[in-house]
Amino acid sequence: MSGFWTLFRRELAMAWGKGGGPIVAVAFYACVATLLPLAVGSSPQRLAAVAPGSAWLALALASLLSLERLFERDYEDGALDLLTLGPVPLEIVSATKCLAQWVSTGLPLALFTPIAATALGADTRLIPLTLASAALGGLGFAFVGGIGAALSLGSRRGGVLIAVIVLPLFVPPIILGGGAMAAMAGGLNWQPGFLLLGAYSLAAVALGPFAMAAACRNALS
Amino acid sequence: MIRQVQVENLAIVRGDRLLFEGLNFSLQSGQAMSLTGRNGAGKTSLLRAIAGFLRPAEGNIHFKGASGPLEPEEARAGGLHMAGHQDGLKSNRVAEDEFLFQARWTGATPGGIAKAREALDLDVIADLEVRKLSAGQRRRLSLARLIASPRPLWLLDEPLAPLDAAHRTAFGLMMQAHLAGGGMILAAVHDPLPIGTLSLEVGG
Repeated sequence: MSGFWTLFRRELAMAWGKGGGPIVAVAFYACVATLLPLAVGSSPQRLAAVAPGSAWLALALASLLSLERLFERDYEDGALDLLTLGPVPLEIVSATKCLAQWVSTGLPLALFTPIAATALGADTRLIPLTLASAALGGLGFAFVGGIGAALSLGSRRGGVLIAVIVLPLFVPPIILGGGAMAAMAGGLNWQPGFLLLGAYSLAAVALGPFAMAAACRNALS
Repeated sequence: MIRQVQVENLAIVRGDRLLFEGLNFSLQSGQAMSLTGRNGAGKTSLLRAIAGFLRPAEGNIHFKGASGPLEPEEARAGGLHMAGHQDGLKSNRVAEDEFLFQARWTGATPGGIAKAREALDLDVIADLEVRKLSAGQRRRLSLARLIASPRPLWLLDEPLAPLDAAHRTAFGLMMQAHLAGGGMILAAVHDPLPIGTLSLEVGG
């Protein structure tokens, strides 16, 4: 347990340290959300119709931003060797890194999601569900994104490769999360979408670390 | 706790190049061995294979404890330190934070941390960012975890190269103390170590 906290604190310190990854991710999110009315037109009805889906799309894109550095910087400077020789197996190391990624970047983005969705014209009744589903979906984004980050270790243009690996895997949460919000806005039952989103994220938390650890071992050898 | 490392008929291939084959040696508790050889002979790869990062193309690496053979994973977890030119230090973090992380991650006790700070003279660089350290200061910072958290097997890759004369002597004494306490050292070197060692030519 002490190993977990040692690593978790380091990961948070690195995420919030110089470079301010989370702030950049939120700023990127704000930019995408601002560009949307310029692209589709500012008519309120039209914007309100696309607000939940666009908020989710922007969330998925913003979640990609800091993934590139998740394993890459430790791989480049040899810290991944050290992490391998620690008190816990690489599976727990990967899970800890993704959890820290979620806390440092996913949660700030989740806090911003209701703001963006409401600014685009989504109903204010949707705020609690938007916040909850963005936080839950962000957990899935962090763990699925971690798989892409580990798989692209050592490749040039890792960032683009991560996007190509990971974006198709982001399809279910975008459909389920955006769908739950659209269902609630339309007065339908939003629970199935939300619960399936939870199932997706928990599956990512349970299975992702094994894939990440295998990819890291492969990159180190 | 590892008391013996035995390498049998080891061959390592990188890409499609055979670095060496048929390598045999054994290292007992209290012994140090220098690995020599030309650049690219496979000294670092040998160290990485013993640390479990590389899978050898052929041959075996056995670890033995006081009560018989150890499973490789069991022996490596908490049983060895690997220190090389890839020091794992983050250039935008403060030296003290990086030292504490590396030491705690490898299982250091508060007593060990204080001892390492003293032995490697870390107080003068503690509040500097890693990017502002010289090569020798960086090396001292990354070697500090070896003192802070005792592990029996040290795998060192050119450990002394960037150190100044005084710190070379000091680290020599630390290596001697480590051997006297039953530890083992396997070091890839070009200049001889300041301690008595066995020696092995890699990729002769």
